[in-house]
Amino acid sequence: MNATKRFRKALFNRSKLRAVIAIFVFLVLWEIGSRSKDWFGFAVPWIGHIPAPTAVVVAWYGLIGDPGYWQSWYMSTLRVLAGFFAAMVVGIPLGLFMAVNKTFNGLAFPSFEILRPIPPLAWVPASIIFWPSQELSIAFVTFLGAFFTIVINVLGGAKSIDPRYFQSAQSMGSSQWDVFRRVVLPATLPSIVVGSAVGMGITWEVVVAAEMISGGGGSGGSGGGSGGGLGFFIWNSYVGGSYEQIVVGMISIGIAGFISSELLRKLGSYLTPWLRKR
Amino acid sequence: MKIKAAEIKVTNVSKSYGAGLFTKEVIKDCSFTIERNKLTVMIGPSGCGKSTLIRLLAGFEKSSSGSIEIDGKRITGPGRDRLVVFQESALFPWMTTYDNIMYGPKARGENTQLNRDQAEYLLEKVGLTAFREKYPPQLSGGMQRRAELARAMINNPDVMILDEPFRGLDCMSKELMWEYYSGLYEESHRTNFFVTTDIDEAIFLADRLLIMSNIPGQVRATIEVDLPRPRRLAFVFDNERAVAIKMEALSILHKEAMKSFSGGSKAAADFVEAYSKRSSGNGPVEQ
Repeated sequence: MNATKRFRKALFNRSKLRAVIAIFVFLVLWEIGSRSKDWFGFAVPWIGHIPAPTAVVVAWYGLIGDPGYWQSWYMSTLRVLAGFFAAMVVGIPLGLFMAVNKTFNGLAFPSFEILRPIPPLAWVPASIIFWPSQELSIAFVTFLGAFFTIVINVLGGAKSIDPRYFQSAQSMGSSQWDVFRRVVLPATLPSIVVGSAVGMGITWEVVVAAEMISGGGGSGGSGGGSGGGLGFFIWNSYVGGSYEQIVVGMISIGIAGFISSELLRKLGSYLTPWLRKR
Repeated sequence: MKIKAAEIKVTNVSKSYGAGLFTKEVIKDCSFTIERNKLTVMIGPSGCGKSTLIRLLAGFEKSSSGSIEIDGKRITGPGRDRLVVFQESALFPWMTTYDNIMYGPKARGENTQLNRDQAEYLLEKVGLTAFREKYPPQLSGGMQRRAELARAMINNPDVMILDEPFRGLDCMSKELMWEYYSGLYEESHRTNFFVTTDIDEAIFLADRLLIMSNIPGQVRATIEVDLPRPRRLAFVFDNERAVAIKMEALSILHKEAMKSFSGGSKAAADFVEAYSKRSSGNGPVEQ
């Protein structure tokens, strides 16, 4: 009795209920809009040309057994992870080093600030030219998407550490390495988490666009067809005239982005327990 | 734990910032001694160079002239023999109370059973045993200051330097802090140097009271606070001798405030007004 009560409470608390209702209403309006031509004889502008959610679900159901669709997921995820982890591995130490070493900061920061505003997609042609395979050039563009965000966050975070932390560490007998390991690193961790979360979002934006532009990785192992990632999947569906699949691809990216952000948030909160509950 | 205690001698120290026309002299020809095994409290108007003096003692900055010696050795930089407790809590927010206290020992590779026991003892002593696994943002302001006292204590410094450590706490927690802190001091009689702007705090805690002048800072007077220990709140504030010391200190501070008042200081104006009300018998007016 009590357990069911609690279960109902958890399921139907106000904010959750609101979210469920909002999504349901959204889907109903979308369905009505999409079917307006059949039902009312005229197409609602914009939404009237979009496949209805029920049609999307049907198309999606058809794709569930299709290895090509999952291959797209796999390819995009792989590229995102490769670019993202490369950006972490290069970006975090670079940002920290720029924050710690004034000379290096003076040397590196100007070039960094000139390169940073260049949108990752502007790098696509250049990276196709100077990377040997298309796979690498897509991963590189993905890397750039996360890289600048991570560096600028780490740099900002490490530079704004309260100087009293250094003073107390020093007067308690900390060596430089100890200060770095037990003060600089944990103090910068929240900024690393934020930078990574934002970077991850950009990575998904970039990978899809890069796949569309570069044609989905011709020489990258399982090239061609729908093996070229979700971006290529969308583009392919567009060219093939399967509009339901376009929407399936879009929603898939939304889901992928949501899952990665959520995982990062979980990981971030695990790594920074002092920021959790007050 | 064996208590080490040192003596700090400040001789003719001056410190100015800026250069040429824009030189601002913050401390001028300042001399005093922080005596061994005593709790020396320095009190003075705000902006009289107390915090600058602390940075000099800690070795974070260098004086423009004069010398600061600890047991005859010149201070040239930060050292483990002196430990500073700052105005606002500088506990590491990413470490639990216990890890914060153990920071110093671990930093020096002394994560020994002895130090771990000492950490537990200090936790108990400052009433934080139940909070050992909490992070600083989860502690109240007073608990944070207590944790910081424990974090400094465990390093067994020759001299402890405290820069208005209880500033910003409400009246009740402040008084609680005084009892905790003087308890810790009375147990060890380590050399302590405590800077404050609060006259009650100064008299409650001090063995010796140094009264600072206006900027540029100098020690204007030294009062021996010969109240018995252990000190307890009720006792200290009902004590005639304590009241006499307070009046004496206030009158010196008043003279200093008058000087800066005529020099145009707004902070001094508040003090002068409060003091004149107090002495004309309009009831107690606290700062």
